Amino acid sequence: MKALISFALLAFTLPAIADRLPLPGDTPASYRTECGSCHLAYPPALLSAQDWQRTLGSLDQHFGSDAAVDSQKRQEISAFLQRHAGDAGKLGSAGEPPRISQTPRFVRHHREVPAKYWRDPRVKSAANCEACHRGAADGRYSEHDIALPELRR
Amino acid sequence: MMRALPALGLLLASLACQAETPQQTRQMYTNEAAAQQPGFTPSAKRGESLFRQRFALNDKMPACTSCHTEQPANNGQHAVTGKSIRPLAVAANGERFSDPAKVEKWFGRNCKEVVGRACTPGEKADFIAFMSEVR
Repeated sequence: MKALISFALLAFTLPAIADRLPLPGDTPASYRTECGSCHLAYPPALLSAQDWQRTLGSLDQHFGSDAAVDSQKRQEISAFLQRHAGDAGKLGSAGEPPRISQTPRFVRHHREVPAKYWRDPRVKSAANCEACHRGAADGRYSEHDIALPELRR
Repeated sequence: MMRALPALGLLLASLACQAETPQQTRQMYTNEAAAQQPGFTPSAKRGESLFRQRFALNDKMPACTSCHTEQPANNGQHAVTGKSIRPLAVAANGERFSDPAKVEKWFGRNCKEVVGRACTPGEKADFIAFMSEVR
């Protein structure tokens, strides 16, 4: 009986854990300000260590913007991302330049979203997590808490 | 001496935070501009023209208004990522222009990207003057 209860509890909590991607407790302030102004400060586990390194290596040409940071901040951000990067095998290839939204993991989790919503003015781009996942800044990505009423389930 | 200690502590704390008011930040740029151009005074009207000018150097961000909208008291939206941007107008967002390092960083990035060059101290003072009075 006890085992059954723990199994049931586990079955309920596992999907909830997958929906939760809060920033780690040791996230440096520089990551939040330098990498969280133009887009959400993405959870580091969404890219592999190698892809984060490639991203940091070309910050002066970062998706059309010069997002370069001074070398002290770069080192701090780089060490943090390396510590918490995701498993390259599970994420799959992020393309070139690496994009979180191109990893097979991301694509799989979003395959039920119709194409027109990615172009919706409220969303604008796949970089805009918070357009749909209103709790994204706090690490909440549940499919049951979607900001666009049409996509709620 | 004992009485002076708390006051000294407060002074040190305020120095460490470097929190300024928009007026102080604007004054910093005004002083810099006046050193190059004696008699310079900031103009909200010039600041508004700069804010609304279409530079058209950058496809996605031809003007300040591309992200900050025509109404600086409203929330903006990043033209590429779609992220929400808090209002530029001080009346709607009291934190604006209160952190000189942050102000300098974003003038640096955005002037380069949208205007195509660094903005002058005078332009920055004008811009803050406009954002301090627009509602």
